[in-house]
Order: sequence, then structure tokens, then C-alpha cells
Amino acid sequence: MTLLELDNIVVEFPTRRGPLEAVKGLSLELNEGQILGLVGESGAGKSITGAAITGLIEPPGLIRSGQVRLRGQRIDNLAPEKMRRIRGKEIGAIFQDPLTSLNPVYTVGEQLIDTMRVHLGLDHKAARKRAIDWLAEVGIPAPEARLDQYPHQFSGGMRQRVVIALALCAEPKLIIADEPTTALDVSVQAQILALLKRLCRENGTAVILVTHDMGVIAETADRVAVMYAGRLVEIGDVAQVIQDPLHPYTKGLMNSIPQIGNRDARLTQIEGAMPGLRNPAPGCAFAPRCPQAIDTCRTLRPIPVDAGSGQVACHLFGEAQ
Amino acid sequence: MNDQAQSPDILSVRKVSKRFDISEPFLNRLLERRPRRILTAVDEISFDVPRGKTFAVVGESGCGKSTVARLLMGLHTPSAGTIRFEDSDITHMAPGKPPALRRRMQMIFQDPFASLNPRWRVREIIGEPLKNFGICKTRAEVTQEVEKLLVQVGLNAADAKKFPHEFSGGQRQRLSIARALTTRPELLICDEPTSALDVSVQSQILNLMKDLQDEFGMSYIFISHDLAVVWYMADVLAVMYLGKIVEVGPKEQIFENPQHPYTRLLMGTVPKLTVGGIERAPVSGEVPNPISPPSGCSFHPRCPLANETCRTVSPELKVRAGGAHSACHAADAGRLPSWTRMAAE
Ligand SMILES: Nc1ncnc2c1ncn2[C@@H]1O[C@H](COP(=O)(O)OP(=O)(O)OP(=O)(O)O)[C@@H](O)[C@H]1O
Ligand SMILES: Nc1ncnc2c1ncn2[C@@H]1O[C@H](COP(=O)(O)OP(=O)(O)OP(=O)(O)O)[C@@H](O)[C@H]1O
Ligand code: SF4
Ligand SMILES: [Mg+2]
Ligand SMILES: [Mg+2]
Repeated sequence: MTLLELDNIVVEFPTRRGPLEAVKGLSLELNEGQILGLVGESGAGKSITGAAITGLIEPPGLIRSGQVRLRGQRIDNLAPEKMRRIRGKEIGAIFQDPLTSLNPVYTVGEQLIDTMRVHLGLDHKAARKRAIDWLAEVGIPAPEARLDQYPHQFSGGMRQRVVIALALCAEPKLIIADEPTTALDVSVQAQILALLKRLCRENGTAVILVTHDMGVIAETADRVAVMYAGRLVEIGDVAQVIQDPLHPYTKGLMNSIPQIGNRDARLTQIEGAMPGLRNPAPGCAFAPRCPQAIDTCRTLRPIPVDAGSGQVACHLFGEAQ
Repeated sequence: MNDQAQSPDILSVRKVSKRFDISEPFLNRLLERRPRRILTAVDEISFDVPRGKTFAVVGESGCGKSTVARLLMGLHTPSAGTIRFEDSDITHMAPGKPPALRRRMQMIFQDPFASLNPRWRVREIIGEPLKNFGICKTRAEVTQEVEKLLVQVGLNAADAKKFPHEFSGGQRQRLSIARALTTRPELLICDEPTSALDVSVQSQILNLMKDLQDEFGMSYIFISHDLAVVWYMADVLAVMYLGKIVEVGPKEQIFENPQHPYTRLLMGTVPKLTVGGIERAPVSGEVPNPISPPSGCSFHPRCPLANETCRTVSPELKVRAGGAHSACHAADAGRLPSWTRMAAE
């Protein structure tokens, strides 16, 4: 069953130098129990897409057009108070920056207990017991002793796990996880991913997993969406996108993954940088860096067409060729 | 530079410990008769960073990597031990002091969000140390240098006008890298410098760091949990577990024939790009707790080779065939099974 639909959303930041479109018309669907990996160039708009879903775009930024629907109901136009209730209860957000989600003046335990009392209506004692369970679930050693500590007394990776526990403890139906495991070593990472997968399997929770770690994507996601300069350039099943990427940017990304044992003096990189989002040139945003670009690429913007196990936006595909 | 007169190591750390007092306030303790609680984040570690090389540190979340970095930068005071930068004892130096020395030693923090002043524009954030340390004399020079640094880390010269909140996570990390490079430090401490970056930008930054090393002989302390990145960057690799270095030595040696069961376990949990069905077994056994660490070898509760000695006596770092050092009774007694990375895969 479809849980979430993004319908051609455009996110804009008005700035003194004119409006800046961080997301330039993006559509996606997500089913219950599904894990969608969202990858792409740093600055491509992954976090902003997450913020659009959770209603957390920082003003003066706004969703200029398009719709976000949760179980068919529009949520992009709700009053802030209503949206706050949906967030937490229906949508759990794990932010890229763990410090913004943790309040430095409350202990980790107080924050977890509060969240569960508000969203699940538990009493203090029950909530405290669950809070300890959650800390253990995300792999914090000695959870009982840690419960009464403040965020600054935790290591970077431990804080990240507290944020994960906070997002999960209200048992939301949709989880937006923005780089949830970047600060974590591989063994803790494995534990968190196993936890997310179990929630999907057992509770039908759906997850949008933003990460640049292809190992994590390969292990966890069902589908993968690839973003570049505010747009989706490729979407498909995880096996196809990782093993047989179609879009030249996705190919470049896959080739850049460092490998243990490789003795090359330099890592493969995609030459150049992503263009600024302001005053985009006509044509494909990746054209200036694309080794396969043809003349059309510099003049006409490619629109997504069916290819592989999903869609790809590139002139090398579709009926034009 | 006249390398002759200098020692081969730019930084030397000897028996450095950091203990945090995490007890409840005195009155609560008195009323509830709770004991004082001490968390040992770093436990008597010693290492040397060779000049012009990369000393990488890996280890589980919470094992003390960032605490080591902060101790070196003077952001924490060691509870014991000494830290020397070349011939200067910097063990009890305040952060930023003395300036002549500190500009030679910079740090990229794990959290790019907390380390950039939100009210400053990029040109001020990066330009300030350029002016402060007298690297650039005129405003035009500052502007030019700021723009050059931005392009080096894969941003645009026009980004100099923006504020930190206008950047994405990975772009902010690149700003903090650019800022750390302003004073042309000789030693750069990097705490997870690229974990917020996508792999293609990561390649750009790591290639840049290698170029700087080749060109200016920079030394790096490189903290990361990504073993593939460590493989690419490291010359010397140290593996930490619960505040201690359990194995240290030449990178190749440690990747190819690790001499500590924890290192072997780490090498075996690297995620693979194989799709579907794989479920990496999370490491079994009790997760260590630095507030009351296990007796003997702190890895023994999770170690498949642990015996009675391991449960009671703390093993010491000893040199192994191949030149790496590891702290393990099984290795001492020749009980480590033979190992190849292939076997772990
Ligand atoms: N408050 C803001 N004002 C102006 N521009 C912004 C603002 N927030 C983000 N942007 C811009 O929007 C673009 C998308 O940012 P976003 O944070 O979504 O990137 P991302 O894909 O999550 O990247 P990363 O992988 O580095 O986290 C970036 O280029 C950024 O500069
Ligand atoms: N200011 C502090 N007060 C109390 N305890 C602290 C403080 N800073 C760190 N610790 C504790 O010291 C231990 C080591 O923390 P540190 O941040 O060095 O870990 P780390 O190896 O960098 O982990 P990560 O990979 O998660 O960043 C942790 O148990 C942490 O809770
Ligand atoms: S000392 Fe013993 S417990 Fe520790 S790692 Fe070696 S074999 Fe395992
Ligand atoms: Mg982001
Ligand atoms: Mg750390």
C-alpha cells in the first residue's frame, strides 16, 4: 500500500540574490514496509527533500509547488501545530546533525521519556523502562547508567544513536533517516541497520534512508533514488542501480567507492564540481562533467524515462536515441 | 626544510590518560549514598606520528578517538602523561596557545555543524586566520586566498558570500576543511573528515590531502571508521578498543595479517557491495562499558580466544613478526589462528 507520495515538489529559498531552487520538481512513491535509499552529490537536495516531507524547511524557504501526501492526505499545507503532531507520531525524523535534535540542558533519558509520554501516553515509570530498552536497542552500553547523562557526555556516535532512539521510540509509520549511521563504526552500524529492517518487516514501517554509503544501501534498501543538482537522475531496484547503474553520474559515483586492497595512487573522482543551483544552464546539469555527453545534453534538459528497473533522466536513454 | 636536524616524529604521546568525572552532584551522592563514578575515556596510550606521514586511528564508537584528538589540541587536559610537538612539551597548553605553535597544528572536527560560527560569512570564517596569523597582508590577498581554498575543496568562489546555514552537511564539512588548511599547518588532525561526504566528493578531498602531503610534507592524524578510506590514507594504523591502543603498526601489515582478535573482527565486518540477503552479524557479546571496564584484557568478554589469563591479566603491547605491535595474550602464546583477509570474507 502506498504510504507516501511526493508529487513534483519544488523547494525554494528566497535570497537577496534572487530565489534559489534547491529541489526542482521531484516525484516519488514509497510503500509501507519499503526502504528507499536516497543518494547523490553533496548539496544535491537530499536533506531538503527530507525537510519538505517533515514540514521542517527553514523559513524563508518554502515548498513553492507540488504536494506531499501521506496515505493520500496532503500534509504539505497543514498548520504548524498539526504538522508537529504528525511529526513524531506518524513521521520520525533522524537528522544529519545530531546536535539539533538533542536538547543540551536535558538528560538523554528525560528527552526519551518525554517523547514517549507525549506520543504514546505512557506514565513516567513505563516510559523510563522503555527508554532503557531503546538505548540498549541502539547499542549504548550500560543504558541504565547512561540514561541520566547529558548529550555532551556522549561520543559523536553515541549521540547519533540517541537521536535514532528518539525518532523510533514513538513508533512512527514513516522514518526519514538522514545519514543515520555516518558517525558509526561498522559493527554498531550493522546493529542499527538490522533494527531498521526489523521495524520494516514487523511493523510495516517505511524508511527513506539518506546516505552516501553504498555498502549501507546495498545491505538495507529495496529501491534507490539518485539525486543531482535538485533533481532525480535515476531510480530503480537496489541490485540494478548498484551493479548496473545507467546514469553517467551514478556510474561515476560507483567508481569513486574506495576499495580495500586497491593500490592505485589516486582514488577515482568525477572531475569538476556540481554547478551552483542559481541560474542553471539549459540542458542536463551533469553535462559539464559527463564523459558521455552529446550535443543535445548541453541544450535540452532530459526528462525521466522508463529504463532498467525504474527511471533515468539522461539523453542516452529513451526514444530520442 | 632541513629535515636533518629534526626528529623523524612530529608528535609524541606518552602514557596519556583522560578520566572524566561523571558522578552526580556531591549532595545527591551524599543523600543517596551513590559512589563517585569515573569514566576512563583514554587509558595510558603512547604513540608517535612520523613527519610527513598519515597516522590513522580506527576503533568502535565511544572508544576514545575524539578524546585523543581533543587532548592533542589542548581542548581537554590529560589526567596523566605527556604530549610533545617536536621538542615542545604541550601537555598542559591551553587551546590556541602558544599561537606560533598552534598555527602549525590544526584540527577538522567530527561535527561540522558545531564548528562554524553561524553569524559569519564564509569569507570571514576562512579569512580570519589568514589575517590573524599574518599569512595575507592585504584584503585583496585574503579574498584571493579564500577563493582559492574554496575551489580546492570543490566549492565555488562565489560561496564566500554565504553563511554556513546556506550549505548542506557535506558542503559545511568542506568549509571546515578549507578553514583548517588556511594556516598551512604541518600537522592536521582529522576527526572523521569525510564521513559526511558522498563518495565522489570524498575522493576529491582525499586526493587533495595526499597532494598536500606530497607537496608540503604535511603530517596527518586521521580518525575514521571507514576501513577502505583508512586503507587509502594510512601509513601507520592504530586500532583502539575501550581507551587503549590494542594494535599499531604499518598499515599493510595490519590489514594483511592482524595480530589482535578485535582487529580481525573489525576487518570482518566491512560492509560489502553485494546486494540482498546479507545480514552482517552484529558483534556478539557484551558491549564494553568504559565506566566499569572488564577485568584483564578489556576485549575478553567478546573474544573467541579468551582464557583465564585474559580474564585476569591486562595484556601489554608487544612487537610481532612483521613489525606491528599488539596487546593480546593469545598472540603472546602463539594461539592466534592463521588469518587471511580472504578467509574473513
Ligand atoms: N537555508 C538555506 N538557504 C539557502 N540555501 C540552502 C539552505 N539550505 C540548503 N541550501 C542549499 O540547498 C542545496 C541542497 O541542500 P541539502 O542540505 O538538501 O543537500 P544534501 O543533498 O543533503 O547534501 P549533503 O550530502 O552534503 O548533506 C545546497 O546546495 C544548499 O547550499
Ligand atoms: N566531556 C565528557 N564528559 C564525560 N564523558 C565524556 C566526555 N567526552 C567523551 N566522554 C566519554 O568518553 C568516551 C570516549 O568518547 P569519544 O568521543 O572520544 O569517542 P570516539 O571514539 O570519538 O567515538 P565516536 O566514534 O562515536 O565519535 C565515551 O564513553 C564518552 O561518553
Ligand atoms: S588478550 Fe585474550 S581476550 Fe584479549 S584479545 Fe587476546 S585472546 Fe582475546
Ligand atoms: Mg544532507
Ligand atoms: Mg568521535
